[in-house]
Amino acid sequence: MRKILSMAVVLAAGLALTGAGQGGAQAAEKLKIGFVYVGPIGDFGWSYQHDQGRKAVEKEFGDKVETTYVENVPEGPDAERVIEQLARAGNKLIFTTSFGFMEPTLKVAKRNPKVNFEHATGFKREKNVATYNAKFHEGRYIIGQIAAKTSKTGTIGYIASFPIPEVISGINSMMLGAQSIRPDMKIKIVWVNSWFDPAKEADAAKALIDQGADIIAQHTDSPAAMQAAESRGVKAFGQSSDMKAFGPNAQLTSIVDDWAPYYIERVQLALDGKWETSNSWHGLDHGEVVMAPYTNMPDDVKALAQATEASIKSGALNPFKGPIYKQDGTLVVKEGEALPDGQILSMNWYIKGIDDKVPGQ
Amino acid sequence: MLDVAILGAVLASVVAAATTLLLASLGELVAERAGTLNLGVEGMMIIGAAVGYATAYSSGSLLLGTLAAILAGTLLSLVFAGLAIWLAANQVASGLATTILGLGLAGLIGAPFVGTRLDAAPTLHLPVLSDLPVIGRMMFGQDAFVYASLVLLAVVAYGLVRTRTGLVLRAVGESHVAAHALGHPVRKIRTLAVMFGGACAGLAGAHLSLAYTPFWASDMTAGRGWIALALVVFSAWKPMWLLAGAYLFGAVSILQLHVQGFGLGIPSQLLSALPYLATIVALVAISALKRGQGAPASLGLPFVPDR
Repeated sequence: MRKILSMAVVLAAGLALTGAGQGGAQAAEKLKIGFVYVGPIGDFGWSYQHDQGRKAVEKEFGDKVETTYVENVPEGPDAERVIEQLARAGNKLIFTTSFGFMEPTLKVAKRNPKVNFEHATGFKREKNVATYNAKFHEGRYIIGQIAAKTSKTGTIGYIASFPIPEVISGINSMMLGAQSIRPDMKIKIVWVNSWFDPAKEADAAKALIDQGADIIAQHTDSPAAMQAAESRGVKAFGQSSDMKAFGPNAQLTSIVDDWAPYYIERVQLALDGKWETSNSWHGLDHGEVVMAPYTNMPDDVKALAQATEASIKSGALNPFKGPIYKQDGTLVVKEGEALPDGQILSMNWYIKGIDDKVPGQ
Repeated sequence: MLDVAILGAVLASVVAAATTLLLASLGELVAERAGTLNLGVEGMMIIGAAVGYATAYSSGSLLLGTLAAILAGTLLSLVFAGLAIWLAANQVASGLATTILGLGLAGLIGAPFVGTRLDAAPTLHLPVLSDLPVIGRMMFGQDAFVYASLVLLAVVAYGLVRTRTGLVLRAVGESHVAAHALGHPVRKIRTLAVMFGGACAGLAGAHLSLAYTPFWASDMTAGRGWIALALVVFSAWKPMWLLAGAYLFGAVSILQLHVQGFGLGIPSQLLSALPYLATIVALVAISALKRGQGAPASLGLPFVPDR
């Protein structure tokens, strides 16, 4: 009797310890996640928003994850070193948040098959490299419509960074939106050849305003242009973050990058062991693109903007729906059809109605 | 194409754009005339921008912010001075270390202020003068930093060639051995020159974060410190040529943006390079025509007084 009892106790104790041991091992096994940013998180723009996404992941998963980030990583050979270092430090999921990190990410991914990578705005994938992007051009269409309704001079002043497809499709999308309300809308485009140079962005905004633009839009990372618009008494659209603080009377809306939904979704998959390579390109529907509250505009314009936003969300309206003509008059998209994703992602031409040349073409 | 109405606005913005560069490069000019090559300008500028903004935002006083920025630039310059002058370390390396330190520290100090903004420094408004066509705003409608930069220019230009202090400073820069033999405290003079450079760079940073784009964002100087360094060299270390160089650079920078707005189809990459090309060409041409002087003979050489 005592033997059976003592054996039962030993068995029970053994099971309990094993159970506790397993639970303990699981609790100690945090998922380490790394983030690589091209700029400083203090830019209040692109990298800032990615970091907000990282913080959302930490908040959502608490003890189950441990995140690290490296900021100000230039797009070049040094990026490979940084990503490799993160992989060797035990990070099992690494987000590289700029187009120029494409080759470095692929190289490191090849050497570290057990680590999974997520590359933002890229187009090359591997078994352990996924790509993700957001349809910011959906937001551009909406702001184009707002600009057409709000502008008195009929001229948009656009501050652009580099002539890459992402930026050019943004310009075209905004003009398509504007032309849907006001076919003779004009646009003046200034390239600052940088993603982030506050003083130059401010100069560009002032130059455009001096030349008659009374709506300022940007595809650069700082709130300088918004601030310049505010000081000159014209309206402007913010970029990446809600820039209302910099333009209380100027900001009509901002196209906000919200990476939290996507990051949380991918981290959950990684935690469940179900992570797979994929190509994510969502927009207003999925929440990666969010429009800041519509302000400083009459109610009917606000209603129009909200209606367009809802249409795009539901899929009823596609910013790149036909008919679309190139500058030289060629028909690129027929009525009733939409521009294929691949053509949006490699866009290097302007639509009819833009009186300018794409730099370098 | 550029009609008279907006010409005034363009001229005013050219002056404002050139001021940041002028302030930083004047300080560096003094430091280099004394023989020290301080590559830490970018770091001193951005630490001035960060500390200036943090102080102005927290205290509500732009003046206090500006003074704090000057102090911050000066303190950071002491890092360079300590390494390069007193420990006779390589000046290039010390300067680069100072810049990297400044950039990092500035990011740290400015972090709590990201996303906030200030009202820009007030601009001058004189009853009749500020409203003159074309030149009104350019000359009489600027903020205090612009006028300070012109006063500083006058002080430096006059001081270098017409005062005893300037003479001694230049002597130290030309031949520190001879100056030492004459009994001048070479290292102390160089330290003071470097501190002056730090103060000016800090002031330039404050202009950026308190007047030009009144907010804080990491790396907001975007390389202007390096442009200031280049301008010192291209101006052949002469203050008046520095004024011409800084204003030419500012002018072409602003004008190329306007040209882009005209939609002429000139590649933007070429236009972006134009300020640098124009300044190099202009100053090299002047230098070749007028047989300008070379660098201070002892520039970049560490000095250790013989025991």
